[in-house]
Amino acid sequence: MDRNPEDIIDKKLSHIIYADNAATTKTSEAVVNAMLPYMTGIYGNPSSLHTAGQYAKEALEDARRRMAKALGGEPRGVYFTSGGSEADNQALMTCAAIGEKKGKKHIISTAFEHHAVLHALKKLEKQGFEITLLPVHENGIVVPDEVAAAIREDTVCVSVMYANNEIGTVQPIAEIGRICREKGVIFHTDAVQAVGHIDVNIERDNIDMLSLSAHKFHGPKGVGALYCKKGIPVYTLIEGGAQERGKRAGTENVAGIVGMATALEISLENLKEKGERLTAMRNELIDGLLKIPHSRLNGDREKRLPGNINMCFEGIEGESLLLYLDDKGICASSGSACTSGSLDPSHVLLAIGLIHDIAHGSLRISLCEENTEEEIKYMIKAVCEVVEHIRSMSPVWHDLQEGRRQYVIQ
Amino acid sequence: MLYSEKVMDHFRNPRNVGIIEDADGVGEVGNAKCGDIMKMYIKVENGIIVDCKFNTFGCGSAIATSSMSTEMIKGKPVEEALTLTNKAVVEALDGLPAHKIHCSVLAEEAVKLAVKDYYDKNGIEYDAEKFCNGDCAHCCDSH
Repeated sequence: MDRNPEDIIDKKLSHIIYADNAATTKTSEAVVNAMLPYMTGIYGNPSSLHTAGQYAKEALEDARRRMAKALGGEPRGVYFTSGGSEADNQALMTCAAIGEKKGKKHIISTAFEHHAVLHALKKLEKQGFEITLLPVHENGIVVPDEVAAAIREDTVCVSVMYANNEIGTVQPIAEIGRICREKGVIFHTDAVQAVGHIDVNIERDNIDMLSLSAHKFHGPKGVGALYCKKGIPVYTLIEGGAQERGKRAGTENVAGIVGMATALEISLENLKEKGERLTAMRNELIDGLLKIPHSRLNGDREKRLPGNINMCFEGIEGESLLLYLDDKGICASSGSACTSGSLDPSHVLLAIGLIHDIAHGSLRISLCEENTEEEIKYMIKAVCEVVEHIRSMSPVWHDLQEGRRQYVIQ
Repeated sequence: MLYSEKVMDHFRNPRNVGIIEDADGVGEVGNAKCGDIMKMYIKVENGIIVDCKFNTFGCGSAIATSSMSTEMIKGKPVEEALTLTNKAVVEALDGLPAHKIHCSVLAEEAVKLAVKDYYDKNGIEYDAEKFCNGDCAHCCDSH
């Protein structure tokens, strides 16, 4: 394989259709340009006393203010991290530390959270916490009344993602936040897929803690933030220095943080118009793909991220679907077991009640503003062809067609 | 890259895809729950596998290993097909990622089951111990 990045871009990547924006996005040119001065010129350590360091510190604090403003929060609530996973871990460990102190060792979350949340909760379970994972139902939406009913005397926090990373369903966050506030329970939301894509507002949505990641909205990888409301003592995950008011050691990724703030501001410009255009393209893609016999859309059709499509096709397996699409120049994703290296398909698809046989055949397409009408049409055609090809050599499909097996998706 | 050029070649252009309607032996392994099913058909004349076809539901390596194993047994005596190992299939494909080795195991078992079916249909005696029992659960567990 060619190892020269310029060659790879030129020969392999210049004509692809990138439709895996829930995995990561392209760092926008404006963001790269905003970052560059902090690598080549203003590269001082923000903790240093000299001028070079102090200018970096100013940029850092400016980015903090910009992030807070964009999120509807206060600058002092913004803690920069290495990304969404770190922020999720820090949020839950913060809740655990508070719970430990108050003797409240019950945490409520949902069955389809990101593994950064689920695995952190598993760890806490081993440490004596009791975890309740709420159902997300067939439409992939948490029911606020069920959150209310699950809250107990010893509940320390509720953690519900803003929008799901696989099926894109958007949760009733403001409502859940209101319930938590009424009951005096800390509310954390993993908003990694939502921030920069839909209107998120910490104040309005009654959020106490929020996790976000820059590379999901055209910012750089390796940088994110935890927002934590005043009065909640943040647990220090990484020891070793006074950065982030002692809550997160390590020299700050100044260029990355500046890039993140810039990316967030850009993504929020004309958010509504961009969302409407994306939603129209998304719906066209969904309608086009639903014409494939024995296919289904996963997750609520309306309450979903503007760019998210997640479908299942009976009688096919996800990894081969992705590889054939890759051959046609389309970058997409699947919740099939094979893509993850385990034998179990996506926990998200299982959580919305799909059986293994069907969950193996899922396809996630996640669009961004750069995708075009032509690309949508090309993708519909390509997916139809690939599904037909895979089915033509699938013994499962033949069994279904000849009545030896019952269709699950009608 | 996840897969070797050979794997991708067999995935993109699988050899011997299809169904043999009047097959002398058919072997099916795996289940949809695990995400892989292989169905192998053989046509035997004078103890030689004169034709072999497959249908596979599964990932890229499942399709590639099915394709490769049909090539490896076609034209060979039935007894020789029984000596096909998953290791030989993996080597012929220039390797597979560790978590995909179970696909090659399925290919080996599918071939063996097709031969077993041929033996059963023709009243040929064999050692039952040599064959997969068709239950892939233990294979799934071990990978």
